[in-house]
Amino acid sequence: MINIEITKEDEISIITVAGDVDASSSIHLDEALTKLVKESSVKLIMIDGTQLDYISSAGLGVFMSYIDDFKTNNIKMVLFGLSKKVQNVFEILGLDQLLNIVADKKEAKEKLYEIQS
Amino acid sequence: MKFNLKVYCEKTRLKDIRDFVEEKLKPHTDDELIINQLVLAVDEICANLIIHSNSCNPAEEINLQVRVDTNGVTFKITDKGKQFNFKDYKEPSIQEVVETKKKGGIGLLLVKRIMDRVEFSSKEQSNTCILYKQFSK
Repeated sequence: MINIEITKEDEISIITVAGDVDASSSIHLDEALTKLVKESSVKLIMIDGTQLDYISSAGLGVFMSYIDDFKTNNIKMVLFGLSKKVQNVFEILGLDQLLNIVADKKEAKEKLYEIQS
Repeated sequence: MKFNLKVYCEKTRLKDIRDFVEEKLKPHTDDELIINQLVLAVDEICANLIIHSNSCNPAEEINLQVRVDTNGVTFKITDKGKQFNFKDYKEPSIQEVVETKKKGGIGLLLVKRIMDRVEFSSKEQSNTCILYKQFSK
């Protein structure tokens, strides 16, 4: 089961991902990111992973497939609130070096404004 | 200890596979990271078999056998779908995956990083994947 919600705080778009992102559900995460990338006003994205229980390569692949688009469109994305086991999956392939991953929402906000300036 | 699970080739069954593997590993290790990595490895192989070898056909099935003891765990996954030629598998670089914006292709890379042994074989229209991991003492 996956539950994805898009909210907005000031100019930051927040995607809250709850449940499992696997080969059957990663499409929903993909759709949420596509929706935001298509909105030209969206430049700052936070992924709230505090309720993310599991991620497989299908979910990692979704994040990786947007890295170039984000660069092209000058969009900054930060993930926060990942559990140890979910963060570990990003680390196995070194994706924690390619994506911005921080501990909590406060740090995520700071990171977004830091990399924006 | 040996356990078996049979699932039909639908992506929605992956959760059942993960729950089964987690349940069987928990009595043997309390390392949450290792359990999640092993669950992930089996999930990746089964997702590939369901999607690529069996085209998500619910009339087809895959069988998972978990053999676990205090030393380690062996997963034996069998199906009758399209054969996967492991010898032809070329490991993609992460940079390559980012540049091509391909959303797949890194599952097997994860499995190879996680497991100590990964083997694929085919015999008489039946394919077998063996995954082995030794528990650290």
